[in-house]
Amino acid sequence: MAAILSIRNLRKAYAGGFEALKDVNLDIDEGEIIALLGPNGAGKTTLISTVCGITMPTSGSVTVAGHDILTDYRQARRLIGLVPQEIALEPFEKVINTVRFSRGLFGKGRKDSAVEDLLKRLSLWDKKDSQIRELSGGMKRRVLIAKALAHEPRVLFLDEPTAGVDVELRKDMWEIVEQLRADGVTTILTTHYIEEAEAIADRVGVISKGEILLVEDKDTLMARMGKKQLDVQLTTQLDAVPDVLAGYDLALGDEGRTLIYSYDVNAERTGITKLLTDLQKAGLQLKDVVTRQSSLEDIFVSLVHEPEAAQ
Amino acid sequence: MNWTAIRAIYVFEMARFFRTMAQSLISPVLSTSLYFVVFGAAIGSRIQEVEGVSYGAFIVPGLIMLTVMTQSISNASFGIYFPKFIGTIYELLSAPVNFLEIVMGYVGAAATKAMFIGVIILTTSFFFVDIQIQNPLAMIAFLVLTCISFALLGFIIGIWAGNFEQLQLVPLLIVTPLVFLGGSFYSISMLPPVWQTISMFNPVVYLISGFRWAFFGISDVSIGTSLMAIALFTALCLGAVWWIFKTGWRIRQ
Repeated sequence: MAAILSIRNLRKAYAGGFEALKDVNLDIDEGEIIALLGPNGAGKTTLISTVCGITMPTSGSVTVAGHDILTDYRQARRLIGLVPQEIALEPFEKVINTVRFSRGLFGKGRKDSAVEDLLKRLSLWDKKDSQIRELSGGMKRRVLIAKALAHEPRVLFLDEPTAGVDVELRKDMWEIVEQLRADGVTTILTTHYIEEAEAIADRVGVISKGEILLVEDKDTLMARMGKKQLDVQLTTQLDAVPDVLAGYDLALGDEGRTLIYSYDVNAERTGITKLLTDLQKAGLQLKDVVTRQSSLEDIFVSLVHEPEAAQ
Repeated sequence: MNWTAIRAIYVFEMARFFRTMAQSLISPVLSTSLYFVVFGAAIGSRIQEVEGVSYGAFIVPGLIMLTVMTQSISNASFGIYFPKFIGTIYELLSAPVNFLEIVMGYVGAAATKAMFIGVIILTTSFFFVDIQIQNPLAMIAFLVLTCISFALLGFIIGIWAGNFEQLQLVPLLIVTPLVFLGGSFYSISMLPPVWQTISMFNPVVYLISGFRWAFFGISDVSIGTSLMAIALFTALCLGAVWWIFKTGWRIRQ
């Protein structure tokens, strides 16, 4: 698939000298959902703001469907919708008017049927004549999304769409993103909820200190870096791993009541059968056995702390 | 030119005006009526005619200008400051519009509101004094130009302002004195010679003089000079706005 968004050697240094983005390169395919993960201050918002035209790049280039964001900004920006992190809306305006405004601002003529469809899809139709200040926080977020989609963009940026949002609304957001994918909209979302990236993204990019550490297919990433753990709970307490079991990658946990065995899910042989046999030989009584797979969160934490792991 | 966007901004801004229509109109009408009562009736009755025009009628163009200028500035400065304050400016900055389109939308709406109020005041004044307008077309032209140029100035103030106090500062400290000293309530020729010379540096003098000429055919400076002055002022403001958007001053990092 062709890249709809192409970022080349993008650098952004603020007036104070702080380098928010250092040589960022990223290609995003049409129709995919990509999650940019990173701690606070990693440069996620700066990246989005630069692509959308809110901040000016120091150097490098960005194209949207082949249109440069600086020299051909009209075409480029028409294709982009942005849902900002902070709720910023005209408090006294009606929902429908603010959505119409966004549509017009992005150069699309008034089309009531399109606005009606959009508001219905976002469950805002009942509230169309309410003033924005009367809406709940969740509803306001929906209005922000409606505004971003009002001009039928092909690329949607969601900057931390579910920060401070309750579980139910978060699930709703994910559904909305899923619907958009069905319409062929490319979605780029930033988040520091790993759960979110895990739930909806096709690809995951990890950004830290202004650099993209890694961009990979979510499943590949999980598989490549995913380790599995087998926790063997014992009836007796051990002081140390018995010598007979020294050949295994074992650690003691829970004050010696649990043996923790780490293994690679992708390996031909996991060694579990042999371990369990050897445990029996060593005369250890098993109380329970649990397996755990490392989540994207574990991967993320290890990446941010040891960037070389990404190589 | 993205006319759809200009229209969208204009309509959105005008909606703010219509939402608060009553308070937008009551206050200028009330304050104008007060000026008529105080200056026109109480003080004006003791003042002779000014250059053949009754004092009550003489102050009408000045009063309209006073209100129209302050309204243009406050509407335009608030119009652009508010999105900055509440954060909705992100949408303008990410929209496929250039500086001229943003300015046309905001300044156009602010100027329209001020025009509207100007017309209301003119109508109000008919209840208090007997006035005839000699050059209606010139009057309208001056009114429109004043609304636009002062809305531009207001737009600049709104971009510059970092808080609500600053938003009030320029109108209060600079514009109000200039307007009061610009011959709203008197003819420049009534001043001592030194002050007449100083007044010539006040841009508002030219606007009020030209506007008054449109009403009564009398003016402090020639109509050509007035037109030049307002054209220059508009050009300066436009230049400043162009520079603001080019450099992203106070709006884009």
